[in-house]
Amino acid sequence: MRGEETMRDIHTDEIISAIENLFIDANINLPENVYKAISDAVEKERSPVGKEVLKELLRNADAARQEHMPICQDTGVAVTFLEVGQDVHIVGGGLAEAVSEGVRRAYKKGYLRKSCCHPFSRKNTGDNTPPVIHAKIVPGDKLKITVLPKGGGSENYGEVRMLVPAQGRDGVKTFVLEMVKKGGPNPCPPIIVGVGIGGNFETSAMLSKEAIMVPIGERNADEELAAMEMELLGEINRTGIGPQGYGGTVTALDVHIRMVPCHLASLPVAVNIQCHAHRIREMVL
Amino acid sequence: MTGKARRTDGKRNSYSMEKKIRTPLEGDVIRLLGAGEKVLLSGYIYTARDAAHKRFAETIKAGGQLPLELKGQVIYYCGPSPAPPGRVIGSCGPTTSSRMDAYAPKLISLGLKGMIGKGRRSPAVRDAMKQHEAVYFGATGGAGALISRSVVSAEVIAYEDLGPEAVVRLEVRDMPLFVINDIYGNDLYETGVERYRSGPLY
Repeated sequence: MRGEETMRDIHTDEIISAIENLFIDANINLPENVYKAISDAVEKERSPVGKEVLKELLRNADAARQEHMPICQDTGVAVTFLEVGQDVHIVGGGLAEAVSEGVRRAYKKGYLRKSCCHPFSRKNTGDNTPPVIHAKIVPGDKLKITVLPKGGGSENYGEVRMLVPAQGRDGVKTFVLEMVKKGGPNPCPPIIVGVGIGGNFETSAMLSKEAIMVPIGERNADEELAAMEMELLGEINRTGIGPQGYGGTVTALDVHIRMVPCHLASLPVAVNIQCHAHRIREMVL
Repeated sequence: MTGKARRTDGKRNSYSMEKKIRTPLEGDVIRLLGAGEKVLLSGYIYTARDAAHKRFAETIKAGGQLPLELKGQVIYYCGPSPAPPGRVIGSCGPTTSSRMDAYAPKLISLGLKGMIGKGRRSPAVRDAMKQHEAVYFGATGGAGALISRSVVSAEVIAYEDLGPEAVVRLEVRDMPLFVINDIYGNDLYETGVERYRSGPLY
């Protein structure tokens, strides 16, 4: 049964070029569903200042597309998700090195800002590497790549907190609202809020990141969680923060929750915030 | 004072009027600006963020001369993306201003009249703005491509070694901004949010 003939070869050259194209494309072209969500928000927003800001965001997305220029100068850390089919055989070199090389080329060729530095000396690494890579082994013979260039302003307002199980649903809600209030104008609202519940310390963080990648408007399949998402969205939009924090009724475009079981003694919760410039692209090789 | 403060309470209802202003900023223009107002700024402004501010502070401390004359000027907290061929500048939206809070009061006391960025300022910066009649403008975060269209020219005037953090003199035409902090102590982040808040405080 374990014949090499069942393995599918994917060359690293193909991966490098896919990563390069995805990061350039993601940084320049705002996804259509995000553009639509902001357009819808113009109608929903009650504050004239807020409406004006939202219209600026649409004009900005148009300008970026027309002039082939990044949507935001913070072209982020290069977050890359890989779903590697278990019947895929990578040839030509290392997979992680191929991703790095693709990032290096994208940030140079695409005139994207290099935003990666030494944590203490703050010396820039010069080519926006290393990327953040999350790889998962899945059935099949395909390689799915998702890129999420993530800016610093929104990422700075994420947190993992180990709640006491007795805090339950209310504890989660209070934590999420506290984080949104703490960020206020800084993470560039209208934001997308990702909430990861359960697993353990690091799983909750990963779930919160995966949650911001769920398409806007898509609800959790679990009815209870879907209701909680809507409830949180309503409460966040009643904080009054509004677009850019100038006051308004659209503070978040959506809230997504991802939940898995956890230890008897724990209730891990993570909140990850995404700015309105939700740049994401995927491709299957 | 009250009469002027009345129109600066951030409770205007429309943008039928966008106020056009020019740098250097003079007292009579600054006194008429109110939190929540939209302005279109033209003239020269200077980019500076974390590392450049650190050098400004060191220069002032050593009694040296700053690379720009602060009087009446406006600093933009911005680290642009590289300019593609044939363009003046890359994407150039604002960065979070609070990181410059430690340095701003000194610069304001030396004559700086305007700052452009995003996010709340510290009480010390807000006090300095009131005391020395300076204003804080918000540029829309994440609208760097649109803002680049307001930039007519860009010239590095200091700290070229800092790359995206170098001090760049930008000539802007009708750069779209909102007044966040005016000289009367109004703060759009407070008045705007309070006006539209319908839920509890967390």
